[in-house]
Amino acid sequence: MPPLLEVRDLRTEFRTGAGVVRAVDGVSYTVDPGETVAVVGESGSGKSVGALSILRLIPSPPGRISGGEVLFGGRDLMKLSDADMREVRGGEIGMVFQEPMTSLNPVLTIGRQITEMIEQHRGGDRAAAEKRAVELLGLVGIADPQRRLKQYPHQLSGGMRQRVMIAIALACEPKLIIADEPTTALDVTIQAQILELMQKLTQQLGVALIIITHNLGIVARYAHRVNVMYAGRIVESGPAAAIYHTPHHPYTMALLKSVPRLDRPRQARLDPIEGQPPDLTRLDQGCAFRPRCRFAIDACAAGVPSLEPVGAPGQLAACFRSRELSLDEAERAA
Amino acid sequence: MSAAAEINAEAENRPLVEVRGLRMHFPITEGIIARRKIGEVKAVDGVSLTIRRGETLGLVGESGCGKTTMGRCILRLETPTEGAIFYDGVDIAHLDRKSLVALRRRIQVIFQDPYSSLNPRQKVGAILAEPMKVHGIEPDPERRTRRVRELLSVCGLNPSFADRYPHEMSGGQRQRVGIARALAVDPEFIVCDEAVSALDVSIQAQIINLLEDLREKFNLTYLFIAHDLSVVRHLCQRVAVMYLGHVVELAACDEVFDNPLHPYTRALLAAVPVPDPTVEADRTFQPLSGEVPSPINPPSGCVFHPRCPIAVAECQRTPPELRELRPGHWVACSQVS
Repeated sequence: MPPLLEVRDLRTEFRTGAGVVRAVDGVSYTVDPGETVAVVGESGSGKSVGALSILRLIPSPPGRISGGEVLFGGRDLMKLSDADMREVRGGEIGMVFQEPMTSLNPVLTIGRQITEMIEQHRGGDRAAAEKRAVELLGLVGIADPQRRLKQYPHQLSGGMRQRVMIAIALACEPKLIIADEPTTALDVTIQAQILELMQKLTQQLGVALIIITHNLGIVARYAHRVNVMYAGRIVESGPAAAIYHTPHHPYTMALLKSVPRLDRPRQARLDPIEGQPPDLTRLDQGCAFRPRCRFAIDACAAGVPSLEPVGAPGQLAACFRSRELSLDEAERAA
Repeated sequence: MSAAAEINAEAENRPLVEVRGLRMHFPITEGIIARRKIGEVKAVDGVSLTIRRGETLGLVGESGCGKTTMGRCILRLETPTEGAIFYDGVDIAHLDRKSLVALRRRIQVIFQDPYSSLNPRQKVGAILAEPMKVHGIEPDPERRTRRVRELLSVCGLNPSFADRYPHEMSGGQRQRVGIARALAVDPEFIVCDEAVSALDVSIQAQIINLLEDLREKFNLTYLFIAHDLSVVRHLCQRVAVMYLGHVVELAACDEVFDNPLHPYTRALLAAVPVPDPTVEADRTFQPLSGEVPSPINPPSGCVFHPRCPIAVAECQRTPPELRELRPGHWVACSQVS
């Protein structure tokens, strides 16, 4: 089966006072129909910019998609006209963003925001769109949908607003939803409600999901496959179980070891990644993780390693030493 | 044992902080000229707890549970509506401004956001010297500068950072400055309000380790306010779980996490996925339904009853008392034993 989405060598840069920042620097991956792919990384790793680039939502200037292809439904999204792209956004690809308060229009009712989406992409009359809106609110678990349709975003709690965002994302029966930190602004019990709901609905409706998050617990529970990003590149990619149990990139290993775990008794000390995240305006030709890496060798300064198959089937890592490194090794070194 | 030694020993065993029946209600007013009170937000509604010398007490809960207000009351940034706060045996709940200045030499705070809690127009050196000037520590400018450099290096920063402005530093570095500032007056007790929440995972681990090291080195006591349960499990000796202005469970850290008794604590813990796909694949749970009610008009009886999976009719009427069900394990629920 061909992949639903194929990203090939995507590059996005921003012009800043300090120079050009290559926020996304040659990212390639695929998403299969119905699959949940997580993109993890820390601030500035390019995970959000990468997702926004797929939708061509990069503010220009200062941003610019400088290269790459995004194949979706047999077309390269990068080559579509603006009008066609507007059809894709919200039509074939739904979006859920982090802050539901800023991504909903404060002066339109919830109902209008959902029906607008349906009318824009599906046509038809207002009455039919409203009927569908009631259905959608019910689907995302909002009680009393008739009344809620007439309310404004400020009358809803954060969790409710995120449910509305999901309803809007699902309105036109998309094949793919891109969710950028969908629960970061929410409390844990509400986060659990929203994520369980998204998992149920994507499975039920066969929708693929790209979920962008920094939370390794969420990834472990909800993702089939994982892309780990660092300084604008994917450094490791593969099935979730392989990434967690047999990581082959030193950054993935270090990241997993630096999180305190709820299910483990108190350790004496955490094992953090030393140093600071890289300044993207000052990257050299070598591996960006090199200054913080315990396993760096001279070759790491010479060039950036490419993603190569290693370990489990479908697992890739971008490290010159990925074959010789495993988590046990990292533990021994620590 | 002499009488004096006995008094000393008693002071040693006495908890550093003892909060009794604390209530903090914020009035909601209406009208511009004639202000009328039309209601109140019951942010903290009858909390009692103690913090022992040298321990880290975790205070966890979701937004609006009153954990930050608790911290602000203990810091006396708020004057509580009711109740007492004994700090080292003295009730500080209604101290006047003058006595508060002396108190603040002993109690310090580290805030969540290292971007908004440092003055952008001051250099790091001036930020760290300020509390020393206020409290008359190291009046000699040269020795003060030396202490600033010392503080920076204790917190893992290069002493040359004293000449930088906050905007020239990363989030993790700024948080280290925030910690150095708290240490500048040599405090005994630090309230850490979401001190690592704004940081990336790899930096968060660095700061957690730093807080641990400093506690040992300077015999500090922490009140660690956080919503991230994994961080709390790592850092704290005891944990208090709050919900809608009440402490619902309080026990030793591992006891709370391995053996939670209150239905809210159970739901809260179940909601956190652990970073292990194998564990998560086998784990099913029912997310807590509904949302946290408004603290303006909290539910009757047990405030958790509308969302509680084990609530009975009685829970709507009688607020549960915090009972010691096992040694050191306190739970406010009438349905568990």
